[in-house]
Amino acid sequence: MEYFVQQLVNGLTLGSIYGLIAIGYTMVYGIIGMINFAHGDIFMIGSFIALATFLILTTVLGFAFLPVVLLIVIIVAMLFTAAWGWSVERIAYRPLRGSFRLAPLITAIGMSIVLQNFVQITQGARVKPLPPQIQGGITLMTGQTDAGPIVVQISYMQMIIIVSTIVLMAGFTLLISRTPLGRAQRACEQDTKMAALLGVDVDRTISLTFVMGAALAAVAGFMFLMLYGVIDFYIGFLAGVKAFTAAVLGGIGSLPGAMLGGLLIGLIEVFWSGYFTVEYKDVAAFSILAIVLIFLPSGLLGKPEVEKV
Amino acid sequence: MAADNVAVPASEINPVGAQAEREQRKAGLEPAGPAGAFDWMAALRSAGQAAFLAGVLAFFFIGMSTDIAPGGLVLSYRWLGLVYAIALVFFGRLLLEAFIFHAAPASARAIAAVVFILVVIGMMAYGVPGSRQANRILVGAVLGALVVAVLYVVARWRSGARTAARTKRVEAAPRFAWLARAATIVLLLVAAVLPFLITTFFPAQQRQYIDLAILIMTYVMLGWGLNIVVGLAGLLDLGYVAFYAVGAYSFALLSTHFDFIGFWVALPLAGMLAAMWGLILGFPVLRLRGDYLAIVTLAFGEIIRIVLLNWYQFTNGPNGISGIPKPTFFGLEFVRGSGGFADFFGIEYSTIHRFMYLYYIILILALVTNFVTMRLRRLPIGRAWEALREDEIACRSLGINTTNTKLTAFAIGAMFGGFAGSFFATRQGFVSPESFTFIESAIILAIVVLGGMGSQIGVVIASVVMIGGIEMLRNLDFLQEIFPGVDPVQYRMLIFGLAMVAIMVWKPRGLITTREPSAVLKEKKKIGADLVAQGEGH
Repeated sequence: MEYFVQQLVNGLTLGSIYGLIAIGYTMVYGIIGMINFAHGDIFMIGSFIALATFLILTTVLGFAFLPVVLLIVIIVAMLFTAAWGWSVERIAYRPLRGSFRLAPLITAIGMSIVLQNFVQITQGARVKPLPPQIQGGITLMTGQTDAGPIVVQISYMQMIIIVSTIVLMAGFTLLISRTPLGRAQRACEQDTKMAALLGVDVDRTISLTFVMGAALAAVAGFMFLMLYGVIDFYIGFLAGVKAFTAAVLGGIGSLPGAMLGGLLIGLIEVFWSGYFTVEYKDVAAFSILAIVLIFLPSGLLGKPEVEKV
Repeated sequence: MAADNVAVPASEINPVGAQAEREQRKAGLEPAGPAGAFDWMAALRSAGQAAFLAGVLAFFFIGMSTDIAPGGLVLSYRWLGLVYAIALVFFGRLLLEAFIFHAAPASARAIAAVVFILVVIGMMAYGVPGSRQANRILVGAVLGALVVAVLYVVARWRSGARTAARTKRVEAAPRFAWLARAATIVLLLVAAVLPFLITTFFPAQQRQYIDLAILIMTYVMLGWGLNIVVGLAGLLDLGYVAFYAVGAYSFALLSTHFDFIGFWVALPLAGMLAAMWGLILGFPVLRLRGDYLAIVTLAFGEIIRIVLLNWYQFTNGPNGISGIPKPTFFGLEFVRGSGGFADFFGIEYSTIHRFMYLYYIILILALVTNFVTMRLRRLPIGRAWEALREDEIACRSLGINTTNTKLTAFAIGAMFGGFAGSFFATRQGFVSPESFTFIESAIILAIVVLGGMGSQIGVVIASVVMIGGIEMLRNLDFLQEIFPGVDPVQYRMLIFGLAMVAIMVWKPRGLITTREPSAVLKEKKKIGADLVAQGEGH
C-alpha cells in the first residue's frame, strides 16, 4: 500500500511533465494538423537554457535565495525557449504551409536532428549532472514491509511541480477560453481559411501557438532538470514520443485531454517500472500508443474524426 | 485532374494542381518587386531583426557552455563565437535581401557583397598571429567570395526562371525523356564498373571508397524498399529500420546457432522473416492513416530495438552478436592461401576482393529490388497500391481489398529491408541494437521523400547526395585548415538535418518531381508528386 502511494506520487509528477509537453503537440496538431516532431527537442533546449540560467544566477551572480532564483530561471527559460519555438516554425514549417502533408513532417524530423546535434556540438555530448537543489519533503505515511520500514514521501520539488502545473494549466485554459488570442486559435483550429477571411491573422496565430507550446515545454524542461538532475542532448526524443503518446491518448487537439493523457502515461510508466520491469517501461508507453491509436483513434476526450469524401 | 491536363499540354512538365502553382509562386517565379531602387532602411531593419533573434537563440548555446568540473558544473564563455554568429547572420541577411529577396540594383548588391566579404575576412583573420595573417585573409576572401558567387548564380537562375515563366513555358518533356533513359544506362554502367574505377584511380583509398560505395548502395536499396511502402502504397512508415534489424538479427542468430547456414542460405530466410514481421506489424495498423501511421510505426520500430537491447538470453543485449560469417563466392572464401577465391582463379590475393564482392552483392540486391518494384508497378497489385495512395475510399468503393493491398506493401517492403539487413550483418560481421535506432529510419525516409516520392532514380540521387556528401566530410582535411579546432565529422548530422530542411523548403516535392506512369492508356502523361499524398488523395 505504501509502495503504491509512493509510486502514485512519482507517477503524478512525471505525468505533469509529460502533460506540459503534450500540450505543445496537441495545440499544433489541432491548428495545422501536423506532428511537430521537433517539439521534444524544444523541451530539451528549454532544460539546457534553464541549466545555464541557473548556473549564471547562482555561481556567477551569487544569488542565494532559491525561490527567486527558480522563478527567474523559469521565466528566462520560457522566454528564450519561446524564441526557439518561433524560429523553428518560421524556418521549417511556414514556408511549407499549404504544401502536401508529408513535407512539414520531414522538415520537422530534420529540425529535430538539427537541434539535437546543435546542442551536442555546442554543449558537448556528456550528460550534465545538477545536484538536487531542493531537499526534503513531507512524509505522508510510514509502514513496515518485509524489506524494512518504508516511508512515503512527497518531496518539495514534486509539490512544486504538481502545483505549478495546475497553475499553468488553469492560466492556459483561461487564455484559450477568454482572450482574443485564444478565440483566434480556436477559430483557426476549426477552419483556417474561414478564420483568415474573417480577419484573423492566421500566420501570427500559428506562430503564437508555437511560442506558447515552446514556453510550456521550457517549464517541463526546467522541472525535468530539477527533478532528475541529469540532462543531455538526447532527452528530447523519448520525452517527445511519450508526450505525443499522451496527447494521442487524451485525444489530440484537446487541452484537458493532453493533461489527462500525460498523467496517465506518467502513472503507467512509473507503475510498470515499479511492479514489472524497468527495462521495458518504454515498451509499455509505446504499446499504449499503438493500442490507443488502433482501438480508440480519437483518444479519451477527443472528437472523432469524420471521414469526408 | 486528368481533364485539365489534357487541355494544357505544357503543364505536363510540372505537377498539376493549385498547390503546385502556389509553391511555384512562392519559389519566386513571380516578380518579387519592382527592380530599381533598393530600400536600404528596410533591408537593414530586417537584418537587424534577424541578428537580434540569432543573438537570443545563440546566447545560451554558442555564447556559453556548461562543463563538468570537479566542484560541479561550471560555465565557460565563448563571447567571440556569439559575436561572430550575430555578425554572420546580420551581414548574411543583408546579402540575402540584396540578392534573393529583392531585385536590387548592381551597386547595392556590390556594396552588400563587399561588406560581407570584409566581415568574413575579419572573422578569419582576427586573433591569428601575424605570420599567418596573410594566409587567413586570403582564406576569408575566398570563402566570402564563394558565398557571394553562389548567391549571385541563384539570383540569376531565379530571374531567368521568372522571365521564362512569363514568356513561355518550356516544352522540355520530350527532350528529357531520352536524356533520362541515356542517363540511366550510363549510371548503370558506372555502377557496374565502379569498384574497378576506384581501384584504378584511387589505389591509395580504394578500401575507403569502396566501403562508401557499399554504404550508399545499401541506402539506395533501403530507399527502394521503403519506396514500395511510402512512395507506391502511400503508407508513411517511420519504423522501417525494424525490418532491417529483423533481417540482420535473423542472419546473425541463424549463422551463429547453425553452422551450415551461410549468407546465401540465410538471405531468403531473413527476407521471409522480415516479411512476416511486416505482416505482424502491418496488421494492427491497417486502419491508421497519415501521421498516425507514422507515429505507430515509429513506436513499433522502437519496441523492436528495446526488445533486442534487453533480451539478453536471445540477442546478447547491448553487446550484440559477433562472428557472423562473411559471404562466400559459390563456396569460395575470400582468404589467403589454397582454396580461397584468389587461389582458385589464379590471381594475387588482395583484401580488396572481398569488398568488391560485397559491393557487387549489394548492387545486385538493389537492382533486384528496383526490378521487382518496376514490375510490381505494372501488376494489378502495384496499380492497387498507387490507387490506394490516391484515394482509399475510392479504392474500397471499386472493390479493391485494401487490407490485402496494404499488407502486401508492408510485407514486400519489409522483405527488402530484411535482405538489406542480412547484408548489413555479413558486411559488418557484427550486429548490435545500436545500429537500428530511429535516426536510421529517419534517414531512409528522408532519402525517399527528398528524392521525390515514388521516383526510383530520385532515391539514388538523394542517397548519393545525402550519404555520400556527408561521408565525404571525413575526407575534407582542408576544412580543418580553414576552421582550426573544428572537426567536420562532428558536424555530419547537423549538416544532414540542415540539408533535409533546406531541400524540403526549396523543393517540397523532392528532387525528382515527376515520373513516367507505369501503365498508360493512350498517351503518356507525367505524374506529379502532388498526387502522392499518403493514402488520403483528397
